Amino acid sequence: MANSDCILIQGSNMAECHPVAFQWVVEAKQRGAKVIHVDPRFTRTSALADLHVPLRAGTDIVFLGAIVNHVLENERWFRDYVVRYTNAAVIISEDFADTEDLDGLFSGFDPEQGTYDDTSWQYAGAGDGGHAEGEHESETGQHFGALGAPTGVAEPPEQDETLQHPRCVFQLLRRHFRRYTPELVERVCGVPASQFLQVAELLCENSGRERTTSFAYAVGWTQHSVGAQYIRTAAILQLLLGNIGRPGGGIMALRGHASIQGSTDIPTLYNLLPGYIPMAHAEGYPDLATYIEQHTKKGGFWGHMDTYLISLLKAWWGEKATADNDWCYDYLPRISGDHSTYRTAMDMLDGKVRGFFLLGENPAVGSANARLHRLAMAKLDWLVVRDLVEIESASFWRDGPEIETGELRTEDIATEVFLLPAASHVEKEGSFTNTQRLLQWREKALDPKGDCRSELWFMYHLGGIIRERLAASDDPKDRPVLDLTWDYPTSGPHADPDAEAVLREINGWGPDGRALSAFTELKADGSTVCGCWIYCGCYAGEVNQVARRKPRDQQSWVAPEWGWAWPANRRILYNRASADPDGRPWSERKRYVWWDEQAGEWTGEDVPDFPRTKPPHYQPPEGATAEDANRGDEPFIMQVDGRGALFVPSGLQDGPFPAHYEPRETPFTNPLYGQQQNPTRQEYGRPGNRYHPRPGDPEADTYPYVFTTYRLTEHHTAGGMSRFQPYLAELQPEMFCEVSPALAAERGLVHGGWATIVTARAAIEARVLVTDRIRPLTVEGRTVHQVGLPYHWGSRGLATGDAANDLLSIVLDPNVHIQEAKAATCDIRPGRRPRGAALPKLVAQYRMRAGLEADADEG
Amino acid sequence: MSRSPDGDRRDGDRRDPGRPGRSRVRGSMVPEAEFRSYYGRPIIKEPVWTWEIPWYLFAGGLAGASASLGLGSRLSGNDRLARAAFTVAGAGAAVSVPLLASDLGRPERFLYMLRMFKVTSPLSVGSWILAAMGPSAVGAAVSDRLGIFPRLGRVAEVAAGLLGPALATYTGALFADTAVPVWHEGGRELPFVFAGGAAASAGAAALLLTPPADAGPARRLVVSGALLELGAAQAMERRLGELGEPYHQGPAGRLARLAKACTAAGAGLVAAGGRRRRGLTAAGAALVLAGSACERWAVYKAGFQSARDPRYIVGPQRARLAARAAAAAEQVKQ
Amino acid sequence: MKVDLPTPTFGGGYDGQAGPRMGFFTDTSICIGCKACEVACKEWNLVPQDGPLRLTGDSYDNTGALGASTWRHVAFVEQQRGDEGLRWLMSSDVCKHCSSAACLEVCPTGALFRTEFGTVVVQPDICNGCGYCVPACPFGVIDRREEDGRAFKCTLCYDRLRDGLEPACAKACPTDSIQFGELDELRGRAERRVATLRGAGVGEARLYLEDEADGIGGAGAFFLLLDEPEVYGFPPDPVSTTRDLPRLWRAAALAAGTLLAAVATAFVGQRR
Ligand SMILES: Nc1nc2c(c(=O)[nH]1)N[C@H]1C(S)=C(S)[C@@H](COP(=O)(O)OP(=O)(O)OC[C@H]3O[C@@H](n4cnc5c(=O)[nH]c(N)nc54)[C@H](O)[C@@H]3O)O[C@H]1N2
Ligand SMILES: Nc1nc2c(c(=O)[nH]1)N[C@H]1C(S)=C(S)[C@@H](COP(=O)(O)OP(=O)(O)OC[C@H]3O[C@@H](n4cnc5c(=O)[nH]c(N)nc54)[C@H](O)[C@@H]3O)O[C@H]1N2
Ligand code: SF4
Ligand code: SF4
Ligand code: SF4
Ligand code: SF4
Ligand code: SF4
Ligand SMILES: [Mo]
Repeated sequence: MANSDCILIQGSNMAECHPVAFQWVVEAKQRGAKVIHVDPRFTRTSALADLHVPLRAGTDIVFLGAIVNHVLENERWFRDYVVRYTNAAVIISEDFADTEDLDGLFSGFDPEQGTYDDTSWQYAGAGDGGHAEGEHESETGQHFGALGAPTGVAEPPEQDETLQHPRCVFQLLRRHFRRYTPELVERVCGVPASQFLQVAELLCENSGRERTTSFAYAVGWTQHSVGAQYIRTAAILQLLLGNIGRPGGGIMALRGHASIQGSTDIPTLYNLLPGYIPMAHAEGYPDLATYIEQHTKKGGFWGHMDTYLISLLKAWWGEKATADNDWCYDYLPRISGDHSTYRTAMDMLDGKVRGFFLLGENPAVGSANARLHRLAMAKLDWLVVRDLVEIESASFWRDGPEIETGELRTEDIATEVFLLPAASHVEKEGSFTNTQRLLQWREKALDPKGDCRSELWFMYHLGGIIRERLAASDDPKDRPVLDLTWDYPTSGPHADPDAEAVLREINGWGPDGRALSAFTELKADGSTVCGCWIYCGCYAGEVNQVARRKPRDQQSWVAPEWGWAWPANRRILYNRASADPDGRPWSERKRYVWWDEQAGEWTGEDVPDFPRTKPPHYQPPEGATAEDANRGDEPFIMQVDGRGALFVPSGLQDGPFPAHYEPRETPFTNPLYGQQQNPTRQEYGRPGNRYHPRPGDPEADTYPYVFTTYRLTEHHTAGGMSRFQPYLAELQPEMFCEVSPALAAERGLVHGGWATIVTARAAIEARVLVTDRIRPLTVEGRTVHQVGLPYHWGSRGLATGDAANDLLSIVLDPNVHIQEAKAATCDIRPGRRPRGAALPKLVAQYRMRAGLEADADEG
Repeated sequence: MSRSPDGDRRDGDRRDPGRPGRSRVRGSMVPEAEFRSYYGRPIIKEPVWTWEIPWYLFAGGLAGASASLGLGSRLSGNDRLARAAFTVAGAGAAVSVPLLASDLGRPERFLYMLRMFKVTSPLSVGSWILAAMGPSAVGAAVSDRLGIFPRLGRVAEVAAGLLGPALATYTGALFADTAVPVWHEGGRELPFVFAGGAAASAGAAALLLTPPADAGPARRLVVSGALLELGAAQAMERRLGELGEPYHQGPAGRLARLAKACTAAGAGLVAAGGRRRRGLTAAGAALVLAGSACERWAVYKAGFQSARDPRYIVGPQRARLAARAAAAAEQVKQ
Repeated sequence: MKVDLPTPTFGGGYDGQAGPRMGFFTDTSICIGCKACEVACKEWNLVPQDGPLRLTGDSYDNTGALGASTWRHVAFVEQQRGDEGLRWLMSSDVCKHCSSAACLEVCPTGALFRTEFGTVVVQPDICNGCGYCVPACPFGVIDRREEDGRAFKCTLCYDRLRDGLEPACAKACPTDSIQFGELDELRGRAERRVATLRGAGVGEARLYLEDEADGIGGAGAFFLLLDEPEVYGFPPDPVSTTRDLPRLWRAAALAAGTLLAAVATAFVGQRR
């Protein structure tokens, strides 16, 4: 980012939430870069930005879509880049129908299921390659985001490089966004057209051969019922401007917890195996052959699924995994539907879940509709909480808000809670993978106190105990556990497993038992072992590459010897795009990776993210597979067709193009389409999770204001790590809400006083901060007030307060099942909230007034 | 966080949103429009001193002036008056020490005051003065009453008598050598206010302890001291101008008015009472004592009020900058 | 209230003998108000929590002011400036380690002393809590910790400096808003930075306390501000109170003389 000429921070409060990373923005700014912050609130990021653009929460697709339109209509797009490096020229199946044709729906929508069948989205002439998979995925609402583009042929059969064909992606895109105009932005986002054009022009001026613009976003974009499509819109824009794969370009997904990136690479997600290998579904994958066949792409590096998966199976089941038993493929668990955290919580409520492990999570405060999560956990037989402190999720049964209101009585709660003390990150060694895919090793600073133990210790020894218990069993269902390789070396008084041994297994080794140095060395014959193919090389040469710490000033500006970035220590993905189709840098100023004719290989500042010796003008021979099936000027090596996807034929639940849908709860109707909300969003309408009336309904104004939730530098997420620390607690001692002077006047809110915020789910209280940093916006000719709520507070710790998450409903994005925490509606009134039984009563009265279905408990 | 031992709110409530002084307009140092501050918060810290300090000012002054009065009496052969004066001096000096010590955050470290002699620290200088004056005064009184070590006693009387005025007035420099506007800017008169108060109170105390026949000098000292105290205070408030607001507002204002009233009335009564009407004289003496105590409290309290309001810091300093800028501009012209 | 700036400062003034003088240049134009400096300071120096947990309502500043248990304080100022729109100033304040340090000069015990780095530090084993330094400081920095009885303030991480480390607050500052180094070098850097900002159209950029000819003889911690000092809670033209001490001593001596005279005159022409 330090090399960007312009930085658009939208959907993130970078300075407050990524203060250390923000130093690069400051550096870029000091070099003359323009910094833009698009955010409903004026934050500490806005304070450092050249331009702050307040917009209505939940309307970014209109804002970004209008920039796409601006770029297309004013010929500001990077032609040479777009034609060659994106799928702009590809012609789409004639069965495809756009939201413009179907008033907000794409072709293939199934109203019963609320899901899409993506057959009609495929490349023309590609048959329905991707589709056998697509089919049942749609049925179950599952998807393998990572595998994105179609499994069909590598080279799209029908293309028009003049981009004139009415069904080529470029023309479809143009048509799709035609109505996303500056005037629409003004109407929907509440952003003056002039200000919008200022942003659009800054992006255009700072893109092209000589200059690059980078985007930074985080959960201000993801936490919407159509969140994934926000990022898609940004991707389309950056591809059109030629800002992907180049220095100072890109889209920075500012990740959350330390190593949350690591926990998607080596996932804590139910539908992925390490390295984004899809979890096998119960239906349709009887054996390894079928699985491989279904998931192997005709082009790109997903063409080697067999080597990745078999090496993984060898890592897990070692000698037990043989060619005859499909390398223990059948030992892999299967998914049968949505097993994500919110679904699971609903199942708890319905008594379908008996036990629950909470390892470093505090849903009683941190998850949307936290109250429902507390009620759900109260239905468990047992609950194991491993944490640094006794968080709300561990104590809800005796001091939770529901005990105070009388909705729960301790003596009625059967849940047996085990609170186990965890070792903190400074009390154990291991690796963090950060936002930039950079693995960094962490030494242990001191020994954990008392009974505190690391996760590694806990899981390893828990596994050991379970295996002991099952040792005698001959039940086949126990084989997967018994046959696991479970033999990390341990040391110390508590027999702590060696974290480096785990890293080495993740890296993998070859037949000779020596650490592999690249995933290209992986074999499908069981001779290689690799715990996560994209991490292969992090232990190359039997050296912990992750632990490298050569200072910035002692190496090139790319700093390849600081830690290790996956894949293959590449610092910028798809960096072949930093050179033109002929392999020459787009410009001297932005040279990064280029083709060296003499040496006959790619070279440059970074490790080329491309087959090293594949020449720029390489044409795939007949029958070539995997990356060999892609041309020498197709940089996007993970895509089957090697192109950046302006149009996504499969891989997304809610459409090949992004379309603006209003949030689930909003004061406004969708001005673009009859389809008000994301048709594929996930809802759980049930007692305790009622949704507000739709705009236009007579009772809609029961909850007239928009609210959004967010973080403060001074606290961390659900507060377990900050509210209990005096030095942090004193910096933000009390829960507060941020409101504009206008709203304060309208509702009689007093600065420094108290306010009560009410939704159909709950009512919470907060101290009032009246500030100009929150500005009322004019949308559809009406004034819309936004209320800002940090979500860090809970009932325990030094700094206590009500949890903003009690207010939110559970409504999810269909692709990643993330909650819509960033845009909802509420009412706000002066004074503190009622106590005891009067609290649920107040919430019920509001529901009544809103004409909502009564909850069971309301008789 | 520092609490407010004497009831004055220090920044102990710095986290209180209802903090007074944030947006309220008061005083007229500078037109409100121009005056800017950080949420009306104090710029300097209020003193941490507690009730012992004003009483120390009173006792020290009383002791100091009494010692001189004693010496004068001795030299003029008025032994009755001398005895009374030295008794008061000894007592005053004796209580000064514990008063000063108990105000310390670490009283057990009282003797650290004598670790070094620092002319830049009036408190250091004062400690040495007290260290020398205290024993002399007490010694003088004891030797005179018990009639022991007469020669040593005489030496002590001379020492105390000459050091006394220093003890009574260094406190003016002590208060003035701070960033507290009302104290610092009043630094020229403050020692005189204290000197006057000391003289008046010493005279008054002696009056109460000596037969009228021998109390002539004491009566005269009451009157001259009172005049000095009132005059100096007047002069100080005039020169402080708007910086002197604290002397007219709040607790300090009330105390200042009370002090003036008592001192003036007291001195009047003493003058009127003369040697004959003992009742009047005694009442006057009592009033004078009260007056000089109130004056010390007024000064002390005014300091807190002055430190608490950023207006008293920003106003004058802005004016100073403006003046300097103007001067600079002049330079350029010539 | 005329102040004669040229009056010499007494002992405790920095004589430049000790070696290169170290200090801070705080560039508030790149402060993001993360308060890492406040936390790092407390962590390193084991400074206790400062008072009750209460929201001030003063923007995001819940620290309020420097004090015995707060040695770094980040100020937040929200400004609505008409056409120029909203501005949010953030600035991290600290002890100025004045060249002419009133706190040090008035300290009767010598607990406050000048280190070899030209910084001003309290020796806790000597401080007897007389509290004189507290109202002496023209910036309201040093204060007495009542539950402890002694005075405390920023030590400019004396212990770290002696070990060749930079102060904890500067180390923690993600944007280098707090810059630590040799004062002379920092002054040069600051001048350049102001020039750059002015060039970039930030006319309000100015330096505060960098002038060695000012009322405190120049500070060991100076600042780049975007508005008048008082807006951030700084005194616009601080002067070390001890600069007037000669005058104050003269007044005291004169008063003492007057008192002696008054006593003397009480005896002239006396009748029994
Ligand atoms: N100090 C601190 N740092 C953290 C964390 C923490 O708790 N404390 N949490 C970490 C974690 S887990 C994560 S995921 C990241 C999250 O990092 P961020 O996403 O930056 O954090 P948030 O404050 O949740 O949201 C960012 C901004 O989104 C804005 N916003 C809300 N709705 C919309 C919208 O519809 N459009 C746009 N454009 N903006 C919107 C909010 O006003 C807010 O300023 O931070 C990480 N870093
Ligand atoms: N309204 C609203 N809700 C949100 C969000 C929002 O923006 N708005 N953001 C969402 C996001 S992005 C996130 S990431 C979640 C976070 O929500 P949670 O993950 O539920 O909350 P945290 O406080 O991060 O929980 C982490 C816990 O792990 C503990 N911990 C720390 N280190 C260790 C360790 O080494 N081992 C173990 N066992 N425990 C440890 C901490 O003490 C803490 O209690 O909140 C989500 N919820
Ligand atoms: S808390 Fe850790 S991850 Fe977050 S910004 Fe600071 S250093 Fe980075
Ligand atoms: S700022 Fe105050 S405390 Fe710091 S050195 Fe100067 S006078 Fe002393
Ligand atoms: S309180 Fe301590 S540091 Fe301050 S002046 Fe007194 S002795 Fe010196
Ligand atoms: S220099 Fe050290 S003591 Fe002073 S503020 Fe910084 S961290 Fe605290
Ligand atoms: S650490 Fe640096 S950026 Fe953060 S508040 Fe302190 S000075 Fe400002
Ligand atoms: Mo997160």
